[in-house]
Amino acid sequence: MRVRMKVDGVTYEDEVEPRTLLTHHLRDGLGRVGTPVGCDTSNCGSCTVLVDGDSVKSCSLLAVQADGAEVTTIQGLADGEWHPVQKAFQEHHGLQCGYCTPGMILAAVDLLKRNPDPSEDEVRHGLEGNLCRCTGYQNIVKSVLSAASEMRGQGPLPGSFQDAPDAAEPAIAGASS
Amino acid sequence: MTDQMDAGLVAGEIAEHPDALSKPYAGGELGRGRRRKEDAKLVTGQTNWTDNITLPGLLHMAVLRSPMAHARIVSVDVSAALEMPGVIAAYSGADLAEEQGALPCAWPVTADMVHPDHPPLAVDEVRYVGDGVAVVVARDRYTAADALEAVAVEYEQLPPVVDMEAAIAEGASLVHGDKGTNVCFRWPFASGDSYADTVAAAGDDAVVVKRRFRQQRLLPTAMEPRGVVVAPIAAADEYTVYSATQIPHILRVMLALVTGIGEHKIRVIAPDVGGGFGSKLNVYAEEVLALVVAKRLGRPIKWTESRSENYQATIHGRDQIQDIEIAATKDGTLLGLKVELLADMGAYLQLVTPGIPILGAFMFPAIYKMKAYDFHCTGVFTTKTPTDAYRGAGRPEATYAIERIMDELAVELGRDPLDLRKQNWIAHEEFPYDMVAGLTYDSGNYEAATEKAEQMFDLAGLRAEQKRRRDSKDPVQLGIGISTFTEMCGLAPSRVLGSLSYGAGGWEAAQIRMLPTGKVEVTSGATPHGQGHHTAWSQIVADALGVPFDDVEIITGDTDSSPKGMDTYGSRSLVVGGVAIHKATAKVLEKAKRIAAHLLEAAEDDIEFARGTFSVKGSPEAKKTIQEVALATFAAHNLPDGMEPSLDSDYVYDPENFSYPHGTHLCAVEIDTETGFTKIRRYVSVDDVGKVVNPVIVQGQVHGGIAQGIGQALYEDAVYDAEGNLTTGSLVDYLVPAAPDLPHFETGRTETPATSNPLGVKGVGEAGTIASTPAVMNAVHDALRPYGIRDIEMPATPERVWRALHGSSAGRDPSGTVGLLGASGPDTAGNAAGGAA
Amino acid sequence: MIPPAFDYVAPTTLAEAVAALREAGEDAKILAGGQSLIPVLRLRLAFPTVLVDLGRVDELRGVSEDAGTIVIGAMTRHSEVLEDPLIQQHAGLLVEATATVADPAVRHRGTFGGALAHADPAGDLAAVALALDAELVAEGPGGRRTIRASEFFVDYLETALSPDEILAAVRIPKLEGSWGYRYEKFSRVAQAWAIVGVAAAVRKEGGAIAEARIGLTNMGSTPVRATPVESALVGASDLAAVQAAAASAADGTSPPSDLSGQADYRAHLARVLTGRAVAAAAGMSS
Repeated sequence: MRVRMKVDGVTYEDEVEPRTLLTHHLRDGLGRVGTPVGCDTSNCGSCTVLVDGDSVKSCSLLAVQADGAEVTTIQGLADGEWHPVQKAFQEHHGLQCGYCTPGMILAAVDLLKRNPDPSEDEVRHGLEGNLCRCTGYQNIVKSVLSAASEMRGQGPLPGSFQDAPDAAEPAIAGASS
Repeated sequence: MTDQMDAGLVAGEIAEHPDALSKPYAGGELGRGRRRKEDAKLVTGQTNWTDNITLPGLLHMAVLRSPMAHARIVSVDVSAALEMPGVIAAYSGADLAEEQGALPCAWPVTADMVHPDHPPLAVDEVRYVGDGVAVVVARDRYTAADALEAVAVEYEQLPPVVDMEAAIAEGASLVHGDKGTNVCFRWPFASGDSYADTVAAAGDDAVVVKRRFRQQRLLPTAMEPRGVVVAPIAAADEYTVYSATQIPHILRVMLALVTGIGEHKIRVIAPDVGGGFGSKLNVYAEEVLALVVAKRLGRPIKWTESRSENYQATIHGRDQIQDIEIAATKDGTLLGLKVELLADMGAYLQLVTPGIPILGAFMFPAIYKMKAYDFHCTGVFTTKTPTDAYRGAGRPEATYAIERIMDELAVELGRDPLDLRKQNWIAHEEFPYDMVAGLTYDSGNYEAATEKAEQMFDLAGLRAEQKRRRDSKDPVQLGIGISTFTEMCGLAPSRVLGSLSYGAGGWEAAQIRMLPTGKVEVTSGATPHGQGHHTAWSQIVADALGVPFDDVEIITGDTDSSPKGMDTYGSRSLVVGGVAIHKATAKVLEKAKRIAAHLLEAAEDDIEFARGTFSVKGSPEAKKTIQEVALATFAAHNLPDGMEPSLDSDYVYDPENFSYPHGTHLCAVEIDTETGFTKIRRYVSVDDVGKVVNPVIVQGQVHGGIAQGIGQALYEDAVYDAEGNLTTGSLVDYLVPAAPDLPHFETGRTETPATSNPLGVKGVGEAGTIASTPAVMNAVHDALRPYGIRDIEMPATPERVWRALHGSSAGRDPSGTVGLLGASGPDTAGNAAGGAA
Repeated sequence: MIPPAFDYVAPTTLAEAVAALREAGEDAKILAGGQSLIPVLRLRLAFPTVLVDLGRVDELRGVSEDAGTIVIGAMTRHSEVLEDPLIQQHAGLLVEATATVADPAVRHRGTFGGALAHADPAGDLAAVALALDAELVAEGPGGRRTIRASEFFVDYLETALSPDEILAAVRIPKLEGSWGYRYEKFSRVAQAWAIVGVAAAVRKEGGAIAEARIGLTNMGSTPVRATPVESALVGASDLAAVQAAAASAADGTSPPSDLSGQADYRAHLARVLTGRAVAAAAGMSS
């Protein structure tokens, strides 16, 4: 079947089998491989993209269902400069291996669109559909809270990393985080 | 001759970038929380996962897997698959029997270990659900998936062997019929005094506590499933193998040995790898099959694992039954420890399957002083997915057992669990300490870490609340759990590995290449998959050579560009890999100093080096930066006579000892006694990982480790039914905690440098996982102690807790003192321990 | 994993959809939001010949008022239910339960009608439909008919819809009077299916419960209405009375025994959670 969709600002029109998952259309069909796949059951959220602005698990949507839609993947999120959520993930060490990161970031973008000033608990619940095996989530939550603050115009939360080489003490030495 | 003339070929480059030779080193790299170099591509989706790789004419391979735990293969018919449009090839195990070889096990723990043949595709028998039976190769992944349905396999069912104890009982059905036994090995280990004699000698003064703990089976669940791409140059019999692996170097050697293809004809690349936790520390059937099929077809092959396959075909972790017995005198002084372990190997031996419980053998005595230690392990075959290294590999199991039984002993003795630990741990001034299992702990300060954890935790306040809740019979009870730990990491001194019959050494290789413009390329044989190696190692190199952090480029994961290595596992990448890099920088500086002396027309002994600059003692204006020396070396116009025009240096570092990080974790849980649900209320960790290179990365490792340990304590369980089916075969049933399921962790550090390596580092990859499982479970037991409950199996599901509460003959009154202490002595181990603390 | 091949039609009107379903024959499947169906296809647990996608049938989407009833189009997404002012005002219990369904991304695609037609007894919304006395509007070749929720859920993954019928809308009577509500979901991790869930709505008069509606999730092969509790609750004015009534929550149920819980544990949970849900709905704190 013929599907037409705008992915990260570019319109594509392709012939696909009806059973083609959106994620495979993006990866194999369009070469947009920034969106990884982590499970078969829609639990892990690694493949999360935005479809017409809403977070969606691209492994649980057929490409034909997204005919006519506008899709944003992690590769299209930065508009010249990184999105505040992308920046915050680096500033607060919100990723390790990075496999869950595209989905986690897009889930966070969706969350902050709906709730610009979430509590820590709301961030945790807002990300419940995205699994991470590396970080224990703490720095992801911190990243999202920081991005929220920045997007509200209140500036990011103090970063975890040190620009100055001679900061008196390492960020976590001798204190609780 | 001026420096400008020296610049020679790169003069133009320098003119365009005038700072290339003059960027000053700012200092302060070690211990600094540098932003990760790795992140830019990861947060923008420009990552190179194995499944992202595509090549002209790439074919997709899919593996047909056994739906039965144990069966004889009567026939495999691939003809219908071959007739499907787009299907290029299809092979049964018999079709590939000549070339597929056998998957390797590198750790024959005993001379008489039973080591069954392990064909990548089963030929005669399948021995676990997920065992490969056939492969199909098609133009695209969809066609390959369809072709699997067209392969007809006839099985003749054989009895499954699911339970370890049943497997070693008389008359048990056999996993490998020709071996005559399901016992893979028996590994006795006695160290120090005899346990039995020591307990007997103590007579009436001995208090003995026995417990049986189960380490449930776990599914490692790296977020990136495995994948492999093989690009052959058929005419030259050369192969490039891309694999989502932790061990490209070991894989290269093993692929050569398994397939007979020359090692020099195989290049292995681990591209970006999305987590491993031990599960990618292996040589897998699909890696061999993709290579063998690519060789046969002369065309590039890709295989990408689905999560469902990952849960069947990637190694599992843990799965041990631990019978542990601890003896102390009535005043609480530990006498000794006796451990009888059953370790489930699964159906076959993967790369280091039998060695995992053996790593644990050294860690049961943990941080405690005792005279006697008896250990015995039986490795058992079952018709389940093979087990192997999963984060901590043997050490979390051991730490769980000792830390749980220390709490049980404290109850038996009527002692505070923390006090009992303090009484028996190795005091700071006793290091280096030769512990009972034969290791020499180089350094540690358990007092400092524990004191800090106590300060952060508000232990007194939580104990007061616990008492209030107990007294008021609150339906929500509070429990407080302690876990101290140490671990042996930085695997490993090669001679020690040799003495344990491991098939390789434990060194790591590094190479420093000084580029003409003063930039630095570093290769390491350790291969990252999320840890932040490139950032931490860049800090080490920047600090040692006095070059800017951004001027250092790390190259890993490719046997062409970083040709020698032992890869990444066992918290070794800083402790062994980082030290190798550090030692290579010393060799660079040695050469650079000689050249600097020559250029400055000074004696080498008069040259000083600091912050990237060589200067002459007493003449501070006479100096050369390391970048200037690099350029001069490249030009080679004016070098000392006979000197090789290169600063490049290699180092292969073989550690002299393990490193021994340690820490104290404290956990408070709330248990809803009406539903059995456990909620972590507070979690405090203080880890001592020695010198810290990047504190933010260290903290991240601790967070992730704690999360995985909590996963084992409360959520995760790979369950097999009686027929040998994995009933938790997807993330629907195998519960990996998400953000709302985990608490905020309060992490702290103490810093007691390792004395066994020049950086003073100890490793952090596994620490959190090791400490958190017993901390949480001790808290769960502490909450339930007044109800007379003394053992909840992991994971402590709400249902298990509820059943324990309701099956308890001790009744349900939390303020009661049912089963309180009472008699102690060698024969009281079976008594119900209770007692409200 | 990868779904098996199938044909696909995407009608744009309900009439077309009914025709397409009839034409597609007995091995066709209706694709609503796909959040259950697509994983099932990926695992190759079903092999439909045709998928009839309702995603382009606009008339099946949206929420309206019809006298004392709220009419929710079957293809209204969970995320739309959560944000709909009519539902928030008149069927808050549905909002509360919908907020616990899966996760935000799944709620963006999953639909209210799809969840009910899938009839998984572990799903959260069927118990709510039952408790709120919803009526399900089915459209088929023979026309339109209305099925009461109490008759809609027939068995595990089985409804009163015939194979050629499409669930078009769900009609939920507005609750009149002073109602409170609560959905108590018990699961081991945030994302998991309910081991047991309790949907409770209670109306109070003069400090005592005058009327109660209780639906149970995952306490049998269909969602269950806890009628013994409902009658026992009438007149209850304190926590002790609520708990006494909740003691019969599992009466007459046949909860499943599976990996996430044995039947007796589920029965126990049903009692505990019913007590909690009713207490919260009635504003009685412990």
